[in-house]
Amino acid sequence: MATTAEGFDIHHDDHAHDHADHKPGFFARWFMSTNHKDIGTMYLIFAIIAGIVGGAISGIMRLELAEPGIQYLQWWAQFMGGGNDLNTALHMWNVFITAHGLIMVFFMVMPAMIGGFGNWFVPLMIGAPDMAFPRMNNVSFWLTVAGFFSLLFSLFVPGGSGPGAGTGWTVYAPLSTSGSVGPAVDFAIFSLHLSGAGSILGATNFITTIFNMRAPGMTLHKMPLFVWSVLVTAFLLLLALPVLAAAITMLLTDRNFGTTFFDPAGGGDPVLYQHLFWFFGHPEVYIMILPGFGMISQIVATFSRKPVFGYLGMAYAMVAIGVVGFIVWAHHMYTVGLDVNTKMYFTAATMVIAVPTGVKIFSWIATMWGGSLEFKSPMVWSLGFIFLFTVGGVTGVVLANGGIDDNLHDTYYVVAHFHYVLSMGAVFSMFAGFYYWFPKMSGRMHSELLSHIHFWTFFIGVNVIFFPQHFLGMQGMPRRYPDYPEAYTFWHEISTYGYYIMAGSMIFFFVNILYALAAGKKAEANPWGEGATTLEWTLPSPPPYHQFETLPVITDSMDYHDHRPATA
Amino acid sequence: MASHAPLAHDAETARRNARVGLMAFAGALFMLGLGYAAVPLYEMFCRVTGFGGTTQVASASDAARAEALASGERISIRFDASTASDMPWTFRPSQATDTITIGQRDIATYVARNNSPLPITGTATFNVEPEQAGKYFNKIQCFCFTEQTLAPGQEVTMPVLYYVDPAMLEDENMKGVEQITLSYTFHRTKDPVTLASAGTD
Repeated sequence: MATTAEGFDIHHDDHAHDHADHKPGFFARWFMSTNHKDIGTMYLIFAIIAGIVGGAISGIMRLELAEPGIQYLQWWAQFMGGGNDLNTALHMWNVFITAHGLIMVFFMVMPAMIGGFGNWFVPLMIGAPDMAFPRMNNVSFWLTVAGFFSLLFSLFVPGGSGPGAGTGWTVYAPLSTSGSVGPAVDFAIFSLHLSGAGSILGATNFITTIFNMRAPGMTLHKMPLFVWSVLVTAFLLLLALPVLAAAITMLLTDRNFGTTFFDPAGGGDPVLYQHLFWFFGHPEVYIMILPGFGMISQIVATFSRKPVFGYLGMAYAMVAIGVVGFIVWAHHMYTVGLDVNTKMYFTAATMVIAVPTGVKIFSWIATMWGGSLEFKSPMVWSLGFIFLFTVGGVTGVVLANGGIDDNLHDTYYVVAHFHYVLSMGAVFSMFAGFYYWFPKMSGRMHSELLSHIHFWTFFIGVNVIFFPQHFLGMQGMPRRYPDYPEAYTFWHEISTYGYYIMAGSMIFFFVNILYALAAGKKAEANPWGEGATTLEWTLPSPPPYHQFETLPVITDSMDYHDHRPATA
Repeated sequence: MASHAPLAHDAETARRNARVGLMAFAGALFMLGLGYAAVPLYEMFCRVTGFGGTTQVASASDAARAEALASGERISIRFDASTASDMPWTFRPSQATDTITIGQRDIATYVARNNSPLPITGTATFNVEPEQAGKYFNKIQCFCFTEQTLAPGQEVTMPVLYYVDPAMLEDENMKGVEQITLSYTFHRTKDPVTLASAGTD
């Protein structure tokens, strides 16, 4: 029997003893799953696979950027079935940046944060037996998978001057309409439709679960902050994704059916596409980070052995970020020719977001203040998150200025900024959450040593990749180019070395998982001690296949930070 | 464990779930609709506010009212013309610049010539720079209001009848603006399909 399978308790039937732990056969369990924990596990595995693909693509890009000139792109163009000419090679570059962006956003971060951790822990934390619509949950997952395959398929069909969709993750018209002949962009757009539909269904499911399925006594103001973060995220998904769906459907009809929504020749306006895209796109960046905020709040409280500081402020800061996130979109498009008053508004509104975000950073630090700190792996990743997300936030405040952005727009400064908040912010929070909940999900303890080595090597790696990109951007290196003048060589080379460090550090992650599944110590119900007070720690690790068949009750005497039964 | 309530996942919960789920789904559909509604709304917003340098359409009586307010101050107008890359026309203004009295109507002409052996229909898109001048630049008549069809080799002179609203003199955003550039781009009119909501003006 495979040890990995044992770790996830797949072949449990032979010694099934408990009704709560009765599991269906392999195919029915994993392909027709309606169990939130199984679907969560599938989302996490899917996100890891997509992350490997997206991360490998960034490796190709860093390799190409290590020195000036075009070194590898022609080879890749031929490998992907295109021509040997420079045009196809440059198109290949566009395809890489597009695939990297779309995969990381829609098929790595979102599935891991919302599909993975959200599915696993929202029902557990609110004391629900499962999600509100378990079958719809399954549909969400497989729609996301189908979307991923549609995107991968687009790489192998013509998309203009070579195979694949080379539009950037923003899919701006007219590059994505009259500028990209061939079905590749249609498949990429279809991929967004599929995964978007999956996310909307998922959001509906989370909203219903959180509003209706809470255990008796679990009021909204007693919910763990991670559940709050998923609730806000679900609302953002529900309100933002349909706008993207509308915009990309208009792209599809502009491409294929002769409409002119974004074509001036028929009275359309390509800038309208940018407005619609960023009306979705800005809430989308909060969709990617808010669940991370929630996880960090749980983890920092757990390892400080203190309730989180300013619970209500933390919850409503996320609501505020979500609300204000909808009215700042044009700061992504300062250079389209907005007049000075419009820029002034969007600059001010954008900076307002620093206030609730500051409340969160402050409260995490205040949670730690005077706490009994324990630097276990989830905690070091959380500390890394708080530091690096703040760095990314500071460059965000710089970029929020319409006047400064005129200079920095579409440079590596922007690239550095959003990778600090995403590939460090979101990714560090995901690793923090992963190490925090891995013992609960698998029933095995991972190695603290390997997790710490993973943390330090990853921390050094990503900083070496992205910090120099601030310098490149300020010196004028534009985004989305495979080549550059020699003046930029030094920092590009350093940045590529950083990638090697980061890639090497991922070995520790995978070895750690394999080690834990094969030889990890059996995890107790609560391996993290008295700081871990939410409901998932009252269940065994891993939790029974069906939990809370009788609902836990949160009594009035229990505060928001402690949901453990009194006798425990 | 301290106390337990009975399992709550019954028909009542299922009904409440269906209600909240449907409400959420309706919210998503509403936003989808809003995404499409953005197309005519955006077009309307630009037309009404002059956003992005969108010029205004005025009637002859508007023009007469503006003329009454004219204080004799003058402003320079620069004329710009271009064609989309698939448009086989030559298109240029008859005059590069013109200095007019603010409030007084004036006429400018553009010349277009069809260089192709086929009759071609075109539509001109337009705006002005600086963008905040959009709401003060009024057109009474313009070739850009309608589609233009030119026979092979045909050359036409096309007029724009316009005036600059004297209200611009009171707008501090217009301080220091000494010249307004009026720009047109001729596009080949797309074949039959043009969605009404795409706002063909």
